[in-house]
Amino acid sequence: MALNLEKIRAQFPVLHQEVNGRPLVYFDNAATSQKPKMVIEAIAQYYNKENSNIHRGVHYLSQLATDKYEKAREAIRRLLNAKAVEEIIFTRGTTEAINLVANCLTRSLFKPGDEIIISAIEHHSNIVPWQMACEQSGAVLKVIPVLDSGELDMEAYKALLNEKTKFVTVNSISNALGTVNPIEEIIALAHAKGALVLIDGAQSVPHAKVDVQALDADFYCFSAHKMYGPTGVGVLHGKKEILEKMPPYHGGGEMIKEVTFEGTTYNDLPFKFEGGTPNIAGGIGVEAAVRFMEEVGVENIANYEAELLAYALEKLKEIEGVQFIGEAKNRAGLVSFNLEGIHPYDAGTVLDKLGIAIRTGHHCAQPVMDRFDVPGTMRASFAVYNTKEEIDVFIAGIHRVKQMFG
Amino acid sequence: MTIKEIQDEIIEEFDMFDDWMQKYDYLIELSKDLPLLDEKHKLDENIIKGCQSKVWLQASKEGDTVRYTADSDAIITKGIVALLVRVYDQQKSKDILENELHFIDAIGLKEHLSMTRSNGLVSMIKQMKFYALAFQAN
Repeated sequence: MALNLEKIRAQFPVLHQEVNGRPLVYFDNAATSQKPKMVIEAIAQYYNKENSNIHRGVHYLSQLATDKYEKAREAIRRLLNAKAVEEIIFTRGTTEAINLVANCLTRSLFKPGDEIIISAIEHHSNIVPWQMACEQSGAVLKVIPVLDSGELDMEAYKALLNEKTKFVTVNSISNALGTVNPIEEIIALAHAKGALVLIDGAQSVPHAKVDVQALDADFYCFSAHKMYGPTGVGVLHGKKEILEKMPPYHGGGEMIKEVTFEGTTYNDLPFKFEGGTPNIAGGIGVEAAVRFMEEVGVENIANYEAELLAYALEKLKEIEGVQFIGEAKNRAGLVSFNLEGIHPYDAGTVLDKLGIAIRTGHHCAQPVMDRFDVPGTMRASFAVYNTKEEIDVFIAGIHRVKQMFG
Repeated sequence: MTIKEIQDEIIEEFDMFDDWMQKYDYLIELSKDLPLLDEKHKLDENIIKGCQSKVWLQASKEGDTVRYTADSDAIITKGIVALLVRVYDQQKSKDILENELHFIDAIGLKEHLSMTRSNGLVSMIKQMKFYALAFQAN
């Protein structure tokens, strides 16, 4: 189905402006996407008409806000095809979701000598929490190496798995390279050894249909702000039976059943992991973001973005001196590359002057940059409101950069 | 020339340019003029790591003045590094510590000193002043 791009773009006010005297071309969607009017309006509506603290009030506004917030949880459940809303835990973002799991399992599962496997193409937020978990528990961190193609070395992964492996975590799509990892296989192999698995879906949920039941990961997390929603909200999906066994994370209001000075009993899922007043406006914004994605159609988004990526790759390949960093067979959402002899900072600075927003640098994945021996890369990442005409502007910008620094 | 006079001279040079393109072309030119930091000084202890680009800075004491040489792996950063060296090189520690830099703002390159750029330039300015302070104390 062809998308009505004009209608889609009309929903994103931020796109309709000039930057440095040029029409904005926003290709930094892997960092954060722009927000449609329906998300902005849902948040404004909440503060204008509905603001109240949730879950505890008997008054009208509290009931209204609670219903809306819980409707967001149901929307996420639907988006992920999760079994139950109890499995949907709101966090501040992917980073907090990962830290929650790392922290709770450090206190309840990891023992000295246990092994935790991550991959060589993780975002810092899926590296550092596991280093901290190892430091505190005495577990050992193992890393699945990456091949020159940007794909994970699956043979090496199989060799790393053993009876000491307690936990495996990888991203679904690499934010630095765009590699789509074979997570179904990674999950099945880990489960065969009795290890738990967490999938960092930050780069997947905005771009592809995710079915957590079919996937069978024990934990799956993502951030709302990369999928047309507000910043400050993320989601941890966990299997109910595992979440029930885990100790709570933050202590505070909301997460308790009964508090005495002798001891406290904890609330049921999902509230057990949601201490403190949550980001209510953010949750309500997420609900609108899910509706936006459903209205456009998640599959339509995926297909259209694949078309954009293929077009960008084709055009970039025609340019002499373009060096792709990561050329996995299965890529999505973004392209990471360098121009021979030109520093990404210089390229990014000139593109910015031309109104083109891309990301340059290490993309919070320094080990990936070290592995490919580059100071950073230029990364263009796409969303459903981007167009082929914008890619043409971007390509012309690259030629300008080459002219200046070549 | 004093630090202020050099800065005013730079501002005057940049006044000739009509658009950003000419300014950046000039920075690229300046980056070529910068005496490259001797490879032996490209040590970890002289490196100022930004998220985006790296800067190397080396300083020495010459009488009551400070000598600076510097380099960067990105050309635009290097052009600005060249300007900073031009302003502070061979100046007295006291003058380096007392004079504020006003030229970067005035020539419209302030964005390169912003938080998000993280190109090492802000740390470089701090480090230049730190050397001046250290040499003054000795």
